[in-house]
Amino acid sequence: MSDNGKPRFGMYWASSCGGCEISVLNIHDKLLVVDEVFDVVFWPCAADFKYEDVRGYPDGYIDLCLFNGAIRNTENEEMARLLRRKSKVLVAFGSCAYEGCIPALSNLTSKADTLQAVYLNSPSTENPSGILPQPRTSVPEGELEIPEFYHTVKSLGQVVPVDYTIPGCPPEPHQIWAVLETVVAALKGQADLPPAGSIIGAGQTAVCEECPLTKNEKTVRRFYRPWEVKPEPGLCLLEQGLVCMGPATRGGCGALCPQVGMGCRGCYGPLDGVEDQGARMLTALASVVEAGRPGMDEHTLEKEIEAVMDTIADPAGTFYRFSMAHSILKRARVNGNGGKPGLQSGSGE
Amino acid sequence: MKKISIDPITRLEGHGRIDIFLNDEGDVANAYFVIPELRGFEQFCVGRPAEEMPRLTNRICGVCPEAHHMAATKALDDLFKVEPSSAVKKVRELFYMAFYVTDHTTHFYALGGPDFVVGPDAPPAERNILGVIHKVGVDIGKQVIDTRRRNHDIIKKLGGRGVHPVAGIPGGWSQAVTPDLQKEIEEAARQNVEFALFSLELFAKIVLENKEYVDMVLSDAYTHRTYYMGLVDANNQVNFYDGVVRVVDPEGKEFVRYDPRDYPQHVAERVEPWTYLKFPYLKQVGWKGFVDGKESGVYCATPLSRLNVSDGMPTPKAQEAYEKMYETLGSKKVNGRYAPVHFRLATHWARLVELLFAAERMLELAQDPEITDPNVRPVVKPPAVAPFRDIPGEGLEGVGCVEAPRGTLTHHYWADEQAILKKVNLIVGTTNNYAPMAMSIKKAAQSLIKKGQVISNGLLNRIEMAFRNYDPCFSCATHSLPGQMPLEVNIYNARGEVVEKLSQFVE
Ligand code: SF4
Ligand code: SF4
Repeated sequence: MSDNGKPRFGMYWASSCGGCEISVLNIHDKLLVVDEVFDVVFWPCAADFKYEDVRGYPDGYIDLCLFNGAIRNTENEEMARLLRRKSKVLVAFGSCAYEGCIPALSNLTSKADTLQAVYLNSPSTENPSGILPQPRTSVPEGELEIPEFYHTVKSLGQVVPVDYTIPGCPPEPHQIWAVLETVVAALKGQADLPPAGSIIGAGQTAVCEECPLTKNEKTVRRFYRPWEVKPEPGLCLLEQGLVCMGPATRGGCGALCPQVGMGCRGCYGPLDGVEDQGARMLTALASVVEAGRPGMDEHTLEKEIEAVMDTIADPAGTFYRFSMAHSILKRARVNGNGGKPGLQSGSGE
Repeated sequence: MKKISIDPITRLEGHGRIDIFLNDEGDVANAYFVIPELRGFEQFCVGRPAEEMPRLTNRICGVCPEAHHMAATKALDDLFKVEPSSAVKKVRELFYMAFYVTDHTTHFYALGGPDFVVGPDAPPAERNILGVIHKVGVDIGKQVIDTRRRNHDIIKKLGGRGVHPVAGIPGGWSQAVTPDLQKEIEEAARQNVEFALFSLELFAKIVLENKEYVDMVLSDAYTHRTYYMGLVDANNQVNFYDGVVRVVDPEGKEFVRYDPRDYPQHVAERVEPWTYLKFPYLKQVGWKGFVDGKESGVYCATPLSRLNVSDGMPTPKAQEAYEKMYETLGSKKVNGRYAPVHFRLATHWARLVELLFAAERMLELAQDPEITDPNVRPVVKPPAVAPFRDIPGEGLEGVGCVEAPRGTLTHHYWADEQAILKKVNLIVGTTNNYAPMAMSIKKAAQSLIKKGQVISNGLLNRIEMAFRNYDPCFSCATHSLPGQMPLEVNIYNARGEVVEKLSQFVE
């Protein structure tokens, strides 16, 4: 707490898109309440504080620090360690910090291939001498430095211990507000903090549970790409053969995507107690697949199910769309079958 | 040689740094604008189904996800060779106009505006949205917050989510506009037009009636004579959603007008080892370094650029505002069109002209009977093609181009016959302006640091203003509500010791 009795607040972005910060701004006029209740001591997006200020703070100085963005380079990692030391409560805010998010799909490819695609093979890039960004460059006037780009995208929790997690890409504003209210009450001694390590600002059940589309326990013989069919409005997308991560995804968003006719892609992360969102999705899908006849032997049945599953394009990139940094897949081998990353695991780091 | 590092620039923190080198005489030898981050979308999108791109690439930027969403959706139209119906185009454009209104409002009131509204020499702690509210009154502050909220609501309803929309599909939009929503949008658009007119008046009163500000806008320190780029429609008028790319030279003569698909013939990108961001330039002119003029391929793609390349605005009130801007800034008509304005600070004015256009266009679209067409989600399939082998003409290929608020945005995809991506190229809005921004920073530094004398008072703010007008958006983090751009400058001697420290927010 500050001398004025207000809890000290910090927010930081590492490798992020800025959407998490915009979502905080989208609590609109409640932002003024945040300003009133907290003493903001670090928030590069909104106020003038420097890395150096943070370095000067005593350990545990910041009461609540929301950390968004993944760990992608040396600078991100340094900041994660610094803020861990300086914060009492460190929150992994948003999908990037929680589980790597979409940028962690990079873990399906390699640093070398990424540099090659961006700086050497792009059709608009003129780079006859094959220049690549370097951590240190001598220019006529002196030396310039840039942080080193990592081979693997990591979540915040893979670098430092995290107290709480707020999922979502980005977390929805009403959920952000709910969390802030709870924390304020707890800091004032009017409520208890949620149990350490828990996931806050989200539901306990699947997106399906909050989805208004009707389920009729129908099964499917194949899956479709979103442009192949026009879904019947009001009916469950999965039962119409459109891949929707709803059954394997934690609720909290209010089932936003299915309501506009687009399958969930899993941005709120896995369900409570589930480590691997993709594996969970496979189980969920198996239950809607129509295969087999009475008396069919197990082997043939398995083959039939597999054939239906094969109609799903890019299972790895879909089932682990947001959770690749945590996926047991690690780095898939991007070779064979026409460069299409499959579900096989490959070499790590 | 002394080195001055502006690190970190708060609103670009972790995402941008300026290193200034002084020569032995103490003058600026060079200034480098370094972007320390790479995210690699071009590579990790490979292997993904093409139709996922609108939902993948919006994560490039959480401030303008709508722009990436739209460029990606249009690239899919091209990849699937499907022409969207006119209703689909209108729904998409309507969504896009709501986005422009929010984005330009945020920039003017929270970011760029404070320099003018409360003044460039006001204490930095006042140069933010709250300072603006104090100066213009709480009512107006409330209007700004309301405008953001009203348009964000519409973005969420039309696009499915508040940040990172999901509704774009090849040839279509995932959901139709209901009559109720149409009414709501129409009402919002009306309020937007009022708000835009009001903002222009405010600008006229606060900036144009103040000689000091006008002199600053017209001063050489903030002038660059470069090429300009922007999308125009068939009448050569400004268009954010669609059109052909037009480039004019520093005199205003049309240099080239091309289909967005032909961009690789016209735009090239340069790689430097000291930054992760590439520098685009006009290929036909060539890279001559960080310099102005007709011989240099450096071009600019901003609100001012879009107005500079066009013959005018497609809506009546915006056209009026457009003419007023060029007349006031002393631009003469050559062959029926205004000569380009090179004063970089006029970009703020141009942004307000665009705000009015976006609001008027939004209203037109909201009133269009076609907007509630229930059939906006077609079933499509990719054309039959030869398997992809990275040879032109084989596999699927598509280009999508829109005007992002921060410049012409191009997405280019290649896919196999199953529409699984094989290759991706992106030229992102802000990136277009990387070289001009670096030049503006250097020029500001040169005019403020002479013979080793660092004019500490105002240095930081002037450098900040030099590139703030571009609305730089690296990782698109620059839009913050308080709108401060605190800077810190460390001056090192040749041994790397800090000899002086300046901060814009000294208590
Ligand atoms: S979680 Fe989503 S919104 Fe937040 S920084 Fe990452 S990509 Fe952006
Ligand atoms: S439906 Fe799924 S992808 Fe969409 S916002 Fe909710 S959790 Fe995220």
